[in-house]
Amino acid sequence: MTTDRTLSRASSYALLTVLALVMVFPFLWMILSSLKDATQIFKPALLPSHPGLDNYAAILLSKGSKFPRWFINSAVVACCTTASVLFFDSLIGYTLAKFSFPGKKLIFLLIISTLMIPTEMLVIPWYALSRAFKWGNSYWGIMFPGMISAFGVFLMRQFMSTVPDDLLDAARIDGMGELSIFARIALPLVKPALGTLAIFNFIGNWNAFLWPLIIASRPAMFTLPVGLANFSGEAGSDWHLIMTGATVAMVPLIIVFLVFQKQIIRGIAMTGLKG
Amino acid sequence: MTLAKKRAITAYVFLALPLVFFIGVRFGPMLYMMGRSLTDWSLLRKSNQFLGLANFAAVLGDPVFGKAMANTARYALVGAPIVIALSLAVALLLNGIARGKGLFRLIYVLPYITPVVAVSWVWRWMYQSPPMGLINRLLGALGLPAHAFINNPKEALYSILGVGIWVEMGYCVTIFLAGIQTIPQDCIEAARIDGASESRVLRSIILPLLMPITFFLAIMEGIQFLRIFTPVYNMSSQAMGGPLDSTKSAALYIYQTAFTKFEMGRAASASLILFAVIMVVTLVQVRFFDKKTNY
Amino acid sequence: MKRFRGIGLVLIVLMVLAAQAATAEQVKITYWQYFYQTKVELMDKLIAQFEAKNPDIKVEQVTFPYESYNQKVAASIPAGEGPDVINLFGGWLPMYVKANYLQELPKAAFPASYFKSTYYPFVADSVQFGGKYYSAPTAVRTLALIWNKKLFKEAGLDPNVPPKTLDELVAFSKKLSKYDAQGNLVQAGLAMQPNGQGHSYIREVLFRQFGAAPYDATGRKVTYNNANGVAAVQWYMDRIMKDKVGYPNFSTDDVTAFKAQLAAMNIDGSFRIATLKAVKDLEWGAAELPTYKGVKSNFASFWTHGIVAGVTGKKLDASVKFLKFITSPEAMEQWLAAVGELPANPKIGEKHKDDPYVSIFLKGLPYAHATAYVDEAGQRTLFVNMIDEINLKGSKTADVVATTAAQEQKLIDDFWK
Repeated sequence: MTTDRTLSRASSYALLTVLALVMVFPFLWMILSSLKDATQIFKPALLPSHPGLDNYAAILLSKGSKFPRWFINSAVVACCTTASVLFFDSLIGYTLAKFSFPGKKLIFLLIISTLMIPTEMLVIPWYALSRAFKWGNSYWGIMFPGMISAFGVFLMRQFMSTVPDDLLDAARIDGMGELSIFARIALPLVKPALGTLAIFNFIGNWNAFLWPLIIASRPAMFTLPVGLANFSGEAGSDWHLIMTGATVAMVPLIIVFLVFQKQIIRGIAMTGLKG
Repeated sequence: MTLAKKRAITAYVFLALPLVFFIGVRFGPMLYMMGRSLTDWSLLRKSNQFLGLANFAAVLGDPVFGKAMANTARYALVGAPIVIALSLAVALLLNGIARGKGLFRLIYVLPYITPVVAVSWVWRWMYQSPPMGLINRLLGALGLPAHAFINNPKEALYSILGVGIWVEMGYCVTIFLAGIQTIPQDCIEAARIDGASESRVLRSIILPLLMPITFFLAIMEGIQFLRIFTPVYNMSSQAMGGPLDSTKSAALYIYQTAFTKFEMGRAASASLILFAVIMVVTLVQVRFFDKKTNY
Repeated sequence: MKRFRGIGLVLIVLMVLAAQAATAEQVKITYWQYFYQTKVELMDKLIAQFEAKNPDIKVEQVTFPYESYNQKVAASIPAGEGPDVINLFGGWLPMYVKANYLQELPKAAFPASYFKSTYYPFVADSVQFGGKYYSAPTAVRTLALIWNKKLFKEAGLDPNVPPKTLDELVAFSKKLSKYDAQGNLVQAGLAMQPNGQGHSYIREVLFRQFGAAPYDATGRKVTYNNANGVAAVQWYMDRIMKDKVGYPNFSTDDVTAFKAQLAAMNIDGSFRIATLKAVKDLEWGAAELPTYKGVKSNFASFWTHGIVAGVTGKKLDASVKFLKFITSPEAMEQWLAAVGELPANPKIGEKHKDDPYVSIFLKGLPYAHATAYVDEAGQRTLFVNMIDEINLKGSKTADVVATTAAQEQKLIDDFWK
């Protein structure tokens, strides 16, 4: 029995390790490739013979490289939409959980039902809307569809309903305004949920591809994924630079991931949130 | 004014802007598109003629759309079951080990949180033909024949699907693990004391209790693969969904019709067809699993 | 508080006045082109020179990726969000003119005699529609055979003697191909990339060399669906399937393979000169396209500049000035130096007949053909799929050529309908 157990445990570890290698190897290969120059990258050696950071200098520092701009664009878009989602989603969640008013159920259903409409479909009318209002090639154009997330509303409503009513009523008796009750009493109590929502929203917007691809046509307004997708073009594929770009695009996420791994895993498990 | 009325007004004030958003950016556009799908809406012409269902007929009669839908079905029917089965197996293995669980879990989640565009290019690089492609070099070293992967119409779809599965696994494993942890341990221990074999415990206790989660994942992953776009766009030559349209998904077809041909009316009808398929598949899954899980 | 408001008000009034004064003096025009590094950098320089000469005009350059360029144009100009001066592929002209994106160039600045005296005949013909001129190009491009001298040496070939006929090309490419132990191609003797220059090579070079003109004189009838046309495609297929000297997407694409020294020969355009010269350790040569049974042919194309419909008044005057400047002899010289594209004016080309690269591409011009595309992307895709269908699905060449010809005819008919 015990040998059986050890044996099965050993094979479990073996299987999991093999799979973990499959999962992690592409990342290693990407980083290794990013350290090779234009010639080395086509050579059969696994490890770079003269590892160097020239590729990073080329895409981050060289004049005319749009990469830093794309990086900033992605950061602006991800930060602004996240801030907006945090504010609005928690406000809506709070209102739906803590107020009673005619039409509440209908409004909740209305919001939740938008989860069923896939982005692939909405991009067409969004594009028409952006043309009508001349939002093309602006941060607002990239961000407006993501300013509020229906999923976040759902999540925040769940958490806001755990806030005790007594606390809110006590604040009202003290004469606090409704907005400051929300901001100073309710919000601090749902901090963990806000953290999870923030991380996921950031990741989702950092990685978003389809809509930015459509709305940003000037290279100066590309986000990182769109820039990366346009890296290879008429002048051939500079694989050493593509791999470097991919690495740079991942670094912020890997940092976010390592810092907030607990919240991320709990977030996935808790909600099944999709990025 | 009564207190209740006052608070209701506060609520409406709080909800005003969000409602404008949901109506203006979600429902409005959706209805607008439904209407325009019946017209010859194009960004190339200043015309807006009512066509009735002609766009739907044209899309359904287009062999490329047929091919894209068949490919999409293949992505979903092959992708979702594999990713769910594989993730379940991994989650069970992970649950059985004592040490390193956290580390393994972290590694599996990594592909899920990184940009799909970036990982698509990394895989495209690894799938290259000899002498550049790493996988082909590995095959060569083992004395196996090289594969064209993304350049062969028979292999390309599955090569791209493999990346999709690789990405989605982290998500599914995490959800399964969370689900396993909610299974009461004493229930399992009791069965073991009663002499039930490990496989019996698995079949009679763990798997049935994981049914609701499996059901949830089947729907999520089904939808995810029905909507596949980014890996196909980034891994096929010139983002065309080739070779010979063998990897083109419905979402890519819609994108190309709308944003490279600017036939918006036609693209709108294609996207409504995809939307209908997603809805039907979801409803069928709900009914199917409802019967099986009885909860 | 009040005082500040007063100062603020004065400042705002001053700023508005200053802005009005500035706009009264300056005309701002926008120029669009697709993103190709060397061209974008050169245009920035040309704009600076132009602005120095014309301080009252400001030019803004906007670029888009090649793949989405035409679509952005098509979406923006009818909506009035387009540029004033636009760069477009010569093959798109019929479409642009038909869609009313462009206006006829003012006759005073661009009379017919100007085109006849300054441009190669085929260019002057291509930019003319019903006696009206809609655009003026700076540079033209042709194809040439480019080869890697180092790989020639390794294969025991004279690095200075490229193949001159198709038969020699076949023999050379076989010698230059290398395979690994499993028989996989690891060095392509000749890159085969239909979605790069390959489709133009088949269309305007191989078809003609094999005796099948691709289109009739009006350009509206597909004429390659015959034994000669099939033989031409078969020749291309034999390199991929029989000799295995190269195949589509080998090492990503032909340009990547040639830059990485994984392809010994390629058929590529003059616009690549600057790109390839910048590659470290790459010794390469350019030669006229190989002949077949004594028949020479080449594919010529050009990017041209037009003035967008609806541009009037001061903006039109500024646009005309700008267009004159970027098609001037000095601009052509700089274009050649920075990009490698050939001057569209034969007199300027004449000055470079000793340049080892430029002269080769120039030699192809007298016998080159330009394609009157109606849907460049669509027609390219048809040829790409034709090659894939035969190569990857094993379909019979004659059948595939017949279906491709029928599909292309339909595209053309739909356009002129």
